[in-house]
Amino acid sequence: MTKATTKVSVGKNLKTIVLVQRNLAKRKRAEWRFRAYGVSAILFGLACLLILFSDIIGKGHGAFLQTQIYLEVTFDSQRLNIDDPTSDAQVRRANYDNVIAQALSVQLETDNKATANKAGSPITLSAIEKRQLLNLISSGAVYTIRQSLSDNPRLLNQTVGLWLIADDDVDNYVKNIGHDGKGFSSRLNNQQQEWVNNWIAKDQVRQVFNATFFTSGDSREPEQAGIRSALVGSLYMLLVTIGLTFPIGIAAAVYLEEYAAKNRVTDFIEVNINNLAAVPSIIFGLLGLAIFIGFFNMPRSVPLMGGLVLTLMTLPTIIISSRAAIKAVPPSIRDAAYGLGASKMQVVLHHVIPLAMPGMLTGAIIGFALALGETAPLLMIGMVAFIVDVPNGLMDPSSALPVQIFLWADSPERAFIERSSAAIMVLLTFLITMNGLAVWLRHRLGRSYQ
Amino acid sequence: METPTLIIITLLCAAGAYILGRNRASNIAYRAGKENVLHSLPYYYGVLSALWCALPCLFIVLGWNLLDDYVVHTAIVKLLPGSVQALPDSEIELMVNNVINNALYPNALISSTPPDYLLQAGQNYLRWQQLSQLSLTVVVLISLGLALSLGWLWIKPKVHARQQVERVFQWFLLFCASIAVVTTIGIVLSVLFESLRFFQSVNLFDFIFGTHWSPQTALRIDQVGASGAFGAVPLFLGTMLISFIAMLVAVPAGLMSAIYLSEYASPRFRATVKPILEILAGIPSVVYGFFAALTVAPFIHDAGGLLGLDVSSESALAAGLVMGVMIIPYVSSLSDDVIKAVPQSLRDGSLGLGATQSETIKLVVIPAALPGIVSGILLAASRAIGETMIVVMAAGLAAHLTANPLESVTTITVQIVTLLVGDQEFDSPKTLSAFALGLMLFTVTLLLNYVALYVVRHYREEYE
Repeated sequence: MTKATTKVSVGKNLKTIVLVQRNLAKRKRAEWRFRAYGVSAILFGLACLLILFSDIIGKGHGAFLQTQIYLEVTFDSQRLNIDDPTSDAQVRRANYDNVIAQALSVQLETDNKATANKAGSPITLSAIEKRQLLNLISSGAVYTIRQSLSDNPRLLNQTVGLWLIADDDVDNYVKNIGHDGKGFSSRLNNQQQEWVNNWIAKDQVRQVFNATFFTSGDSREPEQAGIRSALVGSLYMLLVTIGLTFPIGIAAAVYLEEYAAKNRVTDFIEVNINNLAAVPSIIFGLLGLAIFIGFFNMPRSVPLMGGLVLTLMTLPTIIISSRAAIKAVPPSIRDAAYGLGASKMQVVLHHVIPLAMPGMLTGAIIGFALALGETAPLLMIGMVAFIVDVPNGLMDPSSALPVQIFLWADSPERAFIERSSAAIMVLLTFLITMNGLAVWLRHRLGRSYQ
Repeated sequence: METPTLIIITLLCAAGAYILGRNRASNIAYRAGKENVLHSLPYYYGVLSALWCALPCLFIVLGWNLLDDYVVHTAIVKLLPGSVQALPDSEIELMVNNVINNALYPNALISSTPPDYLLQAGQNYLRWQQLSQLSLTVVVLISLGLALSLGWLWIKPKVHARQQVERVFQWFLLFCASIAVVTTIGIVLSVLFESLRFFQSVNLFDFIFGTHWSPQTALRIDQVGASGAFGAVPLFLGTMLISFIAMLVAVPAGLMSAIYLSEYASPRFRATVKPILEILAGIPSVVYGFFAALTVAPFIHDAGGLLGLDVSSESALAAGLVMGVMIIPYVSSLSDDVIKAVPQSLRDGSLGLGATQSETIKLVVIPAALPGIVSGILLAASRAIGETMIVVMAAGLAAHLTANPLESVTTITVQIVTLLVGDQEFDSPKTLSAFALGLMLFTVTLLLNYVALYVVRHYREEYE
């Protein structure tokens, strides 16, 4: 009787063991799969970051280089239509286009002489070909020539070799020349390509660091367009935002943490701040449009307006992070100060705020980084205008770096896409520096009270 | 004097008052021979004098500038001939601008010579402007003098300077805290008023349930292609489609990476990978928009072409995918926090019963952290709905009523931007509809936030 039951139970146990083992393998596979999901999620995120960065660097690195063409320019006083190179007014009015055209045709003649030995007869250019030839040089080249003349008035009626900015189509062509000796050619015809190739062969084409990109404002011509005005506008806006947000944010956080009684009013303010932090940024643009511009009749497209709108947008973030920093200051420090007879204001100003400052700064820097990259509300208040001049103050019309990126990304010309990517690289450099600063501050100044 | 000069003068006087007040207090104490005749420390007396000096003047300057425009404006309108005053408000506004421009830039290139009454009004405008500036200067200077002398007399040992200074500071703190409330009220009122004006010309019902969106309103009666239909359903659907695609990317990727980082990863791995992933959240959305429009959308277009699919060059898929990548860090950092908050004892109990780690996570940790995770997902969804730049750059402009992610759709935020960027008149239904859309957006995101808060508050498990 007993023997039989043992036999049965052993059989059952065996079955269970087999079952469990089979099951265990399945569960381990499930475990492995789950881990794999986690790893692939992380890899996915990292891959996205990598693709994004490499795509932008790949698209934009070219914008830091600029193509220039070497030409022998003759400062012929008749062609320039001036007689006194020391007079500022005359130098400003002179006809430099004429000189460039002359230099180009001289250049072409020497080219042709070289080939004419083989082919036998010189080539004359039609009017269309002349225009095509002139199109190879940027319209910004006249500034280079003017500058060299005003720097050195003795150059009049003399011939000098100058490096002139090439047109963006030439720039693109030269940058994209591959192994077959041909470049991206959609906008240069065969004749133009031949000319350019000829010059490349004679080392009359070079690529130099594109200083224009950092020193000039927006332009309709990609090879003359720069980020200076947008950058300065962005910095002005950031100044307004920092100047207003930081004191107000800290004061509000101090009030809510240290002074406010726990009642409905405080609750209401608190809920409000949390909600504002999650309101889409474009709504703040609507607010700026309706209140500042519509109601107070403030001017559009000025850094002050942009800064005000960004202030309202950033304020909730700063208040929330400052409150967290104040909360982290242990009560014992406050009690000790009270015990020595300090008033509430003294406790706050002399003890709580200094101790909470690293945390507040960290949160604030991250908030300002967000504000610096914000675009949507600025579109609403008219910061999309085409601005060439560098703004000189808070009330000058200006652009902003992210808006400039948006505008350039929208234009169909390939060279503007390149510049847009380069501007993104500049913006991201700023943002990463700011975030790095925040991390460093947290490590360096942060303290724990354990 | 100009306003900025006045403000600078005021601030300089305040600095002077601080020094005067502090010195006077110390002198009193010195003459009495001991420090403790003073109620407060000497610098509190200084601060008090400075506040006395600066605050009233700043208020005067601010108030004057606010009123000034309005008063001069009404005065100009009064001067204009009756025929002009009978015109509608916007025309009068134009006239006043003309007057001011004529007065400020008399040599500007104007094609026709302005009528006499405009020049007259312009002269008057200039005279009033000067008069107003002059009287403001006088008032400010007098009050500065008064404040300085009164402050000087006011300082006596018995004055409770510290308490008074602190009271002023406390009011300042309260003022700062209430800015958030004022902003909210500002948003609600501005968006609401403009929306109400919109709903006067377009039926609310048609707006919410209409299926045809074509905001071009006709300027002439016989104009072609301007129907002016304001049915917002295609926009709502487009927004939902793109947000849905974004959530499809962000929720699994964000949640799984949060789980891996908080449950499996070594501290070192976590410390390196987490900040790197968080870079994704710090990248401005205009950069994502650029990426979506110039890299992802063409890629999807070409890939679809290879597979024989007809993909629009501005597909909802491209915008949604990129937006999803942007939201990954929000989902992951919010879930990470709540997963970390689940106490170790729960995990230990489950592991002790023989559960594998993944079973523990799936059956114990996630259910315990669920309210927090859900609220994080809701917040991410509200961000996806309100996101502007990606969709402005990568989604389409035309309102198609479709659920096909390969077609182009438009969203609420795209329409707000296109309606309000560029030249605009403030009273056409076309521009006002942007505010109605803004109201919808504000309401929806607000609701999502409230639900998220509610979920956390009511379903959170407390572990003590």
